[in-house]
Amino acid sequence: MKNKVISVQEAVNMIQDGMTIMVGGFLGCKNPYVIVDALVAKGVKDLTLIANDTSFPEIGIGKLIVNKQVKKLIASHIGTNKETGNQMNSGELEVELVPQGTLAERIRVAGAGLGGVLTPTGLGTIVAKGKDIITIDGKEYLLEKPLKADIALIVGAKVDKKGNVRYAKATRNFNPIMATAADIVIVEADQVVEVGEINPDDVITPGIFVNFIVDAGGIS
Amino acid sequence: MDEKEYIARRVAKELNDGDVVNLGIGLPTMVANFLPEGIEITLQSENGFLGIGPAPEKGQEDPYLVNAGGIPVTINPGGAFFDSAESFVIIRGGHVDATVLGALEVDEKGNLANWMVPGKMVPGMGGAMDLVTGAKKVIVAMNHTAKGNHKILKECKLPLTAVHAVDLIITEMGVMEVTDKGLVLKEINPAFTVEDVQAATEAILIIAEDLRLIEI
Repeated sequence: MKNKVISVQEAVNMIQDGMTIMVGGFLGCKNPYVIVDALVAKGVKDLTLIANDTSFPEIGIGKLIVNKQVKKLIASHIGTNKETGNQMNSGELEVELVPQGTLAERIRVAGAGLGGVLTPTGLGTIVAKGKDIITIDGKEYLLEKPLKADIALIVGAKVDKKGNVRYAKATRNFNPIMATAADIVIVEADQVVEVGEINPDDVITPGIFVNFIVDAGGIS
Repeated sequence: MDEKEYIARRVAKELNDGDVVNLGIGLPTMVANFLPEGIEITLQSENGFLGIGPAPEKGQEDPYLVNAGGIPVTINPGGAFFDSAESFVIIRGGHVDATVLGALEVDEKGNLANWMVPGKMVPGMGGAMDLVTGAKKVIVAMNHTAKGNHKILKECKLPLTAVHAVDLIITEMGVMEVTDKGLVLKEINPAFTVEDVQAATEAILIIAEDLRLIEI
């Protein structure tokens, strides 16, 4: 069996200037903190970041913004990190705000090999600007395009050595869909266990989606 | 009783036993505290679960269990966790019976603006656009005016969250229903006259023939 467990340093070595990364989490609950902190320390620049939000300035991916490592952000909410708004207003950071359900679905369809999302959300608002409107059975929908990344950084509570992921509580959020929509998927695990220790009934992200595992529990 | 509690108590009466409900941050969150006797609802949280329970006791907060505002919460027995795509299958797909949220502006056509003030405040729409598009009933719960300025308008001026989305507006002054003909004032706070409510409203109110006093 291929060994998927790597060090944090090996994980961040894969992330280069100018890459597009997706990071799981919802207002810092939670991001892959260990990998993100190492990314902050490495100082990778000009990233395109796809995430639900930019957390808080001092938590998780909020630090990537504060440290000015992000060139373009695609997110649904930036209100909890003032630095995001500041950099957007000064023109340092390009921000594409996407309705949360649309963001999730754009990522999901990318992972599912589909060509787009037809959603009623955003019709008649500035979200619809420049986008095609398609009428299906008399009802209008906005065409939203798939979102892929070079690397997805996700976070799981219990991960076996095949990469099967079990999430804890509300930390699941965007992680399972991001795991399907990137060239390389790295999961940060609270706990790495042997194959067979997670009941297949409890696996949310099958290990085939996961390329590498960082054992955060083994570090802290 | 303060205005926020008054509004929250009146909103609570709109909810039916068994409803799946999404409550926005702030005043809408208070609605859960005032449900009528015998009414049990299931609260949905955009970040991925059903069955939001009471706030945890101090020291008992779980960092893995927060609501869509990032505030620690609990989950009730019978609750369920899911991912963000499924969360919005619930929201956008019409599986939420009612959503309650605040507004910066709302107009007589049911248009809603509550996510940005250009050049001043751009927090992002989060899940609001999906919620007001997909929920079966959209209730705006807010103060009737903002520092004396009208919030219930003929036409919203701020960037919209959604068009023709709002069903009901509940403020400390009254309860207004959005209809094809315009806003119908259906209930009024006995502390105000119809003239008071109209003066605080830019849109022209249609006064319901059976105008009632708000009971909470």
